[in-house]
Amino acid sequence: MIQFVMRRFLSLIAALAVSSVVIFLVIEVAPGDPASFMLGINAQPDTVAALRAELGLDQPKLQRYVSWVLGMLQGDFGISYTYRAPVGQMIADRLWVSLPLAIYALALSTLIAIPVGAYAAARRGRAGDMMVMGATQLGVAVPNFWFAMLLVLMFAIKLQWFSAGGFPGWEAGLGQGIMALSLPAIALALPQAAILARIMRSALLDVLGEDYMRTARAKGLSRPRAIWRHGMRNAMIPVLTILGLQFSFLLAGAIIIEQVFYLPGLGRLVFQAITQRDLIVVESVVMLLVFTVIMVNFLVDLAYLWVDPRLRGDG
Amino acid sequence: MKGVLFLPRTIFIGGAITALFLLAALLSFIWTPHDVTGVAIAQKLRPPFGDFILGTDHFGRDLLSMVMVGARVSLAVALVAVGIGMGLGVPLGLAAAARPNAWWSDAIMRLNDLIFAFPALVIAILITASFGASALNAIIAIGIFNIPVFARLSRGAALALWQREFILSARVCGKSDLRISAEHILPNIANILIVQGTIQFSLGILAEAGLSYVGLGAQPPLPSWGRMLADAQTMVSFAPHLALVPGLAIVLAVLGLNLLGDGLRDVMDPRLKERQA
Repeated sequence: MIQFVMRRFLSLIAALAVSSVVIFLVIEVAPGDPASFMLGINAQPDTVAALRAELGLDQPKLQRYVSWVLGMLQGDFGISYTYRAPVGQMIADRLWVSLPLAIYALALSTLIAIPVGAYAAARRGRAGDMMVMGATQLGVAVPNFWFAMLLVLMFAIKLQWFSAGGFPGWEAGLGQGIMALSLPAIALALPQAAILARIMRSALLDVLGEDYMRTARAKGLSRPRAIWRHGMRNAMIPVLTILGLQFSFLLAGAIIIEQVFYLPGLGRLVFQAITQRDLIVVESVVMLLVFTVIMVNFLVDLAYLWVDPRLRGDG
Repeated sequence: MKGVLFLPRTIFIGGAITALFLLAALLSFIWTPHDVTGVAIAQKLRPPFGDFILGTDHFGRDLLSMVMVGARVSLAVALVAVGIGMGLGVPLGLAAAARPNAWWSDAIMRLNDLIFAFPALVIAILITASFGASALNAIIAIGIFNIPVFARLSRGAALALWQREFILSARVCGKSDLRISAEHILPNIANILIVQGTIQFSLGILAEAGLSYVGLGAQPPLPSWGRMLADAQTMVSFAPHLALVPGLAIVLAVLGLNLLGDGLRDVMDPRLKERQA
């Protein structure tokens, strides 16, 4: 088991290292010089040179890469070209919107998908199953940002239960914050739940055919109890895998959905940074997103150990 | 061989919807009900089912015509991205399966894991930051995202085939791994590749819509479904049809492809049907 964790940990580090090089190189080939862009076309050459030195742009590539990575490891993401503010602080502020949104949506979609998928599997081929499958077929085809617009139209404009967008900040109180994130989270969660419910259903159907399920019934467990005690846990492995893969979609989805609700999250930050050519912000946000995805998949691998004791033994 | 009448209904429904969108996109090159480049303020924001079947936008452009032209971008981006994913992913997967013990086989699969950490949106953000926004970025971003999908799928399927007798006999005949992969493995995994291709095609349409919605894909004046939705956003309270029309186009196109994919899978791989039904 320790070997398994160690091996996964090493590949986690390798993946992060390679990703950081790729991100650095792609941003590096960007045409144009951030310093002259910041100062405008009328800037004197020596002013540009001075700013380049201040930003560290005059150093060789390798040195800049190393100092970027070392900085990030210490929580220093550099200084924004446009705002002249620490990038780390800017990201941290926005993260307080994007991360709760992604987690809220993940929790919602899991809470919906697992019971719904299990219900469909238990009623396989009957009316309830057909309805669930039909609804999920539709759910996977709906773009979440469009669904978000429909929710705004319905619940914010027509019924006026929620505000159409914006974020009051967590200072305004936990309830207010959660309220503001509710429509975006629902918009993100429902299409994801459709995919997850389908996975849950087919995973549970696979498990239901196993011998140990018959044994569980034979020793006198009722069908629901057998599904709950023996079926669910075994069906969780494919579900966990998809959950890990889905997190990256959820994060990307959150960034897009923030635009629908005018939420001041990472999405707004990164799209503004692209228009303002604030490349250091783009670079850091992308690295953070990739880091999160890699990290979540690492945690999913560790979760296998918890769900499936067979993996704990060897290798 | 089954007769046409015994094919699953989903193939007909999905196929018909997909064909409809492909035809509309092709037709838009030579004819659209109205011009989509001109501005006619006098007829702006007309509701659907009047002179204009799907209504007009804030510039007075016919929405049906725009959806038709938009279909070009959405379908072309998604289709080329599937091509990139298959073109690079399948050879990589086949190579990794042919020599599972080689060091580069492991390297290929690690590389695939790595690409999974870059969602299409993140790739698009990176490329756009460096080279500016265009429909080409969307193609590259979604295409790169497709590579590991096809690499994993073809490797998994090919690994199972390499254990079979007919591959062994091909080996005994002295065929190289390359020839075996091309002549025996590839034709045998073509079915699942086609099914996955349909699924990635539909995911590509969704991804393209998302990218052009946030401005990382097709740029104006080129209409695309995602951009139409972005334009509609500020007007949704008084002209909801602006958001409904392109959104429904996306849902219908994706639904059609998914149904087609399901149907094809049922025909090509009856074992899966057994489990799903």
